[in-house]
Amino acid sequence: MSVVPANRQESDAAGDILMSVKDLTKYFSSRGGVLSGPPTKVKAVDGVSFDLVRGETLGLVGESGCGKTTLGRAVLRLIEPTSGEVYFEGQDILKMGKRQLRAIRRQMQVVFQDPFGSLNPRMSVGEIIEEPLVIHRLGDRAQRQARVRQLLEVVGLASYQMRRYPHEFSGGQRQRIGIARALAVNPKLIVADEPVSALDVSIQSQILNLFEDLQKEFGLTYLFIAHGLNVVRHISDRVAVMYLGAMVEIAGAEAIYQRPRHPYTEALFSAIPIPNPAVRRERIILQGDVPSPVNPPAGCRFHTRCPIAQDLCKTDRPLLKESESAHWVACHFR
Amino acid sequence: MSAKPEFREALASPPAIKAPRGSSREWRAFWHNPLARLGVGGLAFMVLFAFAGPLFWHQDANQPNLLQTLAAPTLHHPLGTDSLGRDYLKRMMLGGQLSLLVGFAAALVTTVIGVLYGLVSGLVGGAVDAVMMRFIDIMYAIPYLFLLLFLDSVFRPNAAVLIFVIAALSWFGVARLVRSEVLSLKHRDFVEAARAMGSSTWRIMIRHLLPNVMGVVVVNATFQVADAILVVAYLSFLGLGLPPPTPNWGEMLSTSMQYMFQNAWWLIYPPGIAILVVELSVNFIGDALRQAFDPRLNRTRT
Repeated sequence: MSVVPANRQESDAAGDILMSVKDLTKYFSSRGGVLSGPPTKVKAVDGVSFDLVRGETLGLVGESGCGKTTLGRAVLRLIEPTSGEVYFEGQDILKMGKRQLRAIRRQMQVVFQDPFGSLNPRMSVGEIIEEPLVIHRLGDRAQRQARVRQLLEVVGLASYQMRRYPHEFSGGQRQRIGIARALAVNPKLIVADEPVSALDVSIQSQILNLFEDLQKEFGLTYLFIAHGLNVVRHISDRVAVMYLGAMVEIAGAEAIYQRPRHPYTEALFSAIPIPNPAVRRERIILQGDVPSPVNPPAGCRFHTRCPIAQDLCKTDRPLLKESESAHWVACHFR
Repeated sequence: MSAKPEFREALASPPAIKAPRGSSREWRAFWHNPLARLGVGGLAFMVLFAFAGPLFWHQDANQPNLLQTLAAPTLHHPLGTDSLGRDYLKRMMLGGQLSLLVGFAAALVTTVIGVLYGLVSGLVGGAVDAVMMRFIDIMYAIPYLFLLLFLDSVFRPNAAVLIFVIAALSWFGVARLVRSEVLSLKHRDFVEAARAMGSSTWRIMIRHLLPNVMGVVVVNATFQVADAILVVAYLSFLGLGLPPPTPNWGEMLSTSMQYMFQNAWWLIYPPGIAILVVELSVNFIGDALRQAFDPRLNRTRT
């Protein structure tokens, strides 16, 4: 089944492309045992393609279990994808050897969701932030220490805190430490995997602002994974929507929030509360549950719940196509 | 109205909390713990007794005196004599040397092998892990005593062989323990973060996993010391330990059991108490180390 034409985003590639993902899939297979029946494949990510333009923030949304996190890890090869291509500045990182991959990791870093699990409890904050520099053999000890102090100040902490241990910090502060660690080696791309969803709302906006400031200052590109739709709208230049391992819509943030095209996106965005009790929005409530990714529906994956589905949808999988300028939708009718 | 200058200064410059770095911080936390001091004291006492004692106590440990067998303590023999009339205090000292040496060395070798095996097995995973774990299952299935008897009869027993044999038979437990810890640690985000930074597998093992399994390993190592001293005792009981006349506490304890009904309490209590003191001390030290290694349990700041 051919899924998406490889060069589909040529037209909106006005800026220069930092990362290009083509037809990426990741299947998790469970071995079939005597008791567990035949082997099953969970199609966590199934034929996803997109480009990341240098300096942009691409927000990635979708409900729990739709494959956002898997996609984020697969493009960094923290999870080995089943097939596909991931070009980073023109080089396919899926074809790289161990040594080459380790060298290029300097260019792409991650910020994790859980600010408690992502820092080694046995290392001081200084050691944690210094580590990527040590790994890539950057600078001598004094230079690295100076860099750590500088990074702590960049993310809004004080340099004297480098001697402390992660458990002495609050969630928001730990997230800042995680961001400082990601920044240490001057990466070009940061994949932020739900970096604010574990934080209080008041802290969320501080961290989001920090992300924005850092982007301006260091020209970073973000792949920003989130399930909070307001968070994504706030920070993203473009937004991609995933459903059951596939991308259903990708467009500029304002365009997609103002005029969602895909029926799933419509339903999803109709759930955003409007902070004005006088305004009533029509809430689209989908029928049924998300089908299991072990056996996703044939044809369009959304047809089992789609209000506008027709027979065609049960057999043919729609490709992402440009329905308006720079607004890509995977639907036969939109 | 402006604040007093010194007050403003205090606000401007954050309080410089001098937290000692790395090893010295852990050392301090360790030393703050009263149990640690008790353990170190007890162990130091036993080590001094065994190794420095003979310098001051000149009775011959191996000279039988058949006129004075099973004599109760006197000034001349503060711990009495054994069934061959040998001075029991001196034998306690010499026995301590061997027991401590074998106990600590065997525990060290056991721990090092077990930790490395467990780290590799847990982190690499997959087929390697399966093969490594099945090997341990096989080793477990071989009766311990049978192997001991076999190894002991193949090699002529001396302290080094004993250390090797004990280590060869007790590292599986450590390996399993470390592997299970690694399995739960390796999916934590900080390990993933280390991989994303470009860490080598070796670095993840040494820098991220090892410090986090250290707590359980250290505590376990203290039990290994106690176990090793007891294994020497079992072997001696079966007549397979170190050849006489070199004494060790385990052997002394097991042979003196025969004289229990002759009321020779001076033969039974000293080795029993000595083993107990060493094991308790080592366990206290282990527990204090575990706390010191874990910054979260470490409440001794400034």
